[in-house]
Amino acid sequence: MTTTDIQNEIVEEFSVFDDWMDRYEYLIEIGNTLETYDDKNKTQSNLIQGCQSRVWLDAEYKEGKIYFTADSDAIITKGIIALLIRVFFGKTPDEILQTDLFFLDKIGLKENLSPTRANGLVSMIKNINAYAQAFKAKYEK
Amino acid sequence: MFEIDKIRNNFPILSQKVNGKDLIYLDNGATTQKPKQVIEIIGNMYSEYNSNIHRGVHYLSNKSTEFYEQARETIRKFINATSTQEIIFTKGTTEAINLVAFSFGEKFIHENDEIIVAETEHHSNIVPWQMLCKRKNAVLKVIPVDENGELQLDEYKKLLNKNTKLVAVAHVTNSVGIINPIQKIIDEAHKTGAKVLIDGAQAIQHKKVDVQEFDCDFYAFSGHKMYAENGIGVLYGKKELLEEMPPYQGGGDMIKSVSFEHTEYADLPLKFEAGTSSYVAAISLGEAINFINSVGIENIEKYETDLLKYAEEKLSSINGLTIFGKSEHKTSAISFLLNGIHHYDTGMILDKLGIAVRTGTHCAEPTMKHFGITGTVRASFAVYNTKEEVDKLREGILKAQKMLS
Repeated sequence: MTTTDIQNEIVEEFSVFDDWMDRYEYLIEIGNTLETYDDKNKTQSNLIQGCQSRVWLDAEYKEGKIYFTADSDAIITKGIIALLIRVFFGKTPDEILQTDLFFLDKIGLKENLSPTRANGLVSMIKNINAYAQAFKAKYEK
Repeated sequence: MFEIDKIRNNFPILSQKVNGKDLIYLDNGATTQKPKQVIEIIGNMYSEYNSNIHRGVHYLSNKSTEFYEQARETIRKFINATSTQEIIFTKGTTEAINLVAFSFGEKFIHENDEIIVAETEHHSNIVPWQMLCKRKNAVLKVIPVDENGELQLDEYKKLLNKNTKLVAVAHVTNSVGIINPIQKIIDEAHKTGAKVLIDGAQAIQHKKVDVQEFDCDFYAFSGHKMYAENGIGVLYGKKELLEEMPPYQGGGDMIKSVSFEHTEYADLPLKFEAGTSSYVAAISLGEAINFINSVGIENIEKYETDLLKYAEEKLSSINGLTIFGKSEHKTSAISFLLNGIHHYDTGMILDKLGIAVRTGTHCAEPTMKHFGITGTVRASFAVYNTKEEVDKLREGILKAQKMLS
């Protein structure tokens, strides 16, 4: 599936909820199911310091594709992370760099991406792209 | 008489809906909302009187200057300073503290001198002193607090010695709302000859402040946390001390005469007001104080203390909620966490319910470190908040707890 397909799939899943509480409850559930992130990877270099919540992001490059793992100390932030990982996991650097991220807007969770909330998510997306660029430069010359 | 409905109607912003719910604004420690009379005076200044202060021979400039100086007099009276020469307009509390750190520091702080702050200070009352200590090779000492966040006065007394030049503490801590025993702090410091700066940013809107009674050497506060426009604050300083201190910044308004050979500085208070100050905001601060006086600061204190007690009772009754900074001496703020739930998550759910609180470290990382946490949820109150709003806060917290557990 392309990153666009996955985003459409998420939008479809969220379309059954008609109020914010259901959306957030689902988001919290998703956050709880995010694959456990190894505490030993919660290093300073993987840390994205938000003023409100902290986010850790790590990435591995295998056979042309990037595999992200991430975590946060806040569950709502973690829910968003789980969705972002679902979109970007196992994609090529080019696919990641060309992705137009639209799903959060469409499912009414855009407020979580506001830079003024300082929850680390805006920086996380920047870092996802930075990883893609770095791996591309290193392995795909 | 304290007429809450009348007071609330005076604040237009409070009648709006946020996320489809009635706004419950409990982030007053960050900034307060503005009453109509403050909003109106800002409009009037620009539609009728705007002109730069202290600079014109013309009618408008005279008017503008007159209002600006009237505001200074209103502030003087409000804190009972002896003279308007002791009232310096700044951008806010932070600039007021930086002014003292620079000017007082320049004149009075030397190598191995000591400056004392409390463990529970806002970063604005830590960093300027760290910078000063670095510049002058002076030493920063810290008054520890107990498990509830109350200053340990015995430890404080031990820190004081002949090298102590300045003690800088908050009147009320911003992160948990504890009222510090500033009278004891001031009296003890003066015994050893040290000067005292009180950061009044979280106190002046809630409590009677009398700088002569306190006998503090400096008292700093912000306009926007006491119902005035943003961009204005005040440094009160004892006249004899301010006179000895060199100017903080150079520029217009702070001079008597300038030549390339020699510049004469203006007298107080203008010596410390380089450049065009935020005069409209200063005038709005005068009007905000008129508003406070119309309700009566003692009435405000009584009402808010009662509201805080009610809130403490309501929140304490929630299972799995921990309040930080439990004390008999508190004003207008409750800092708490739901056990096992991140402050950001609680804040996001409350926001969805139209309840505005602050979450995070509250610019007081050492305080958070003391409590062994990464942040709290802080509900902070002002004159217009009600018990009904506290009830809704409680319901909101319970809902957040249910969703997030």
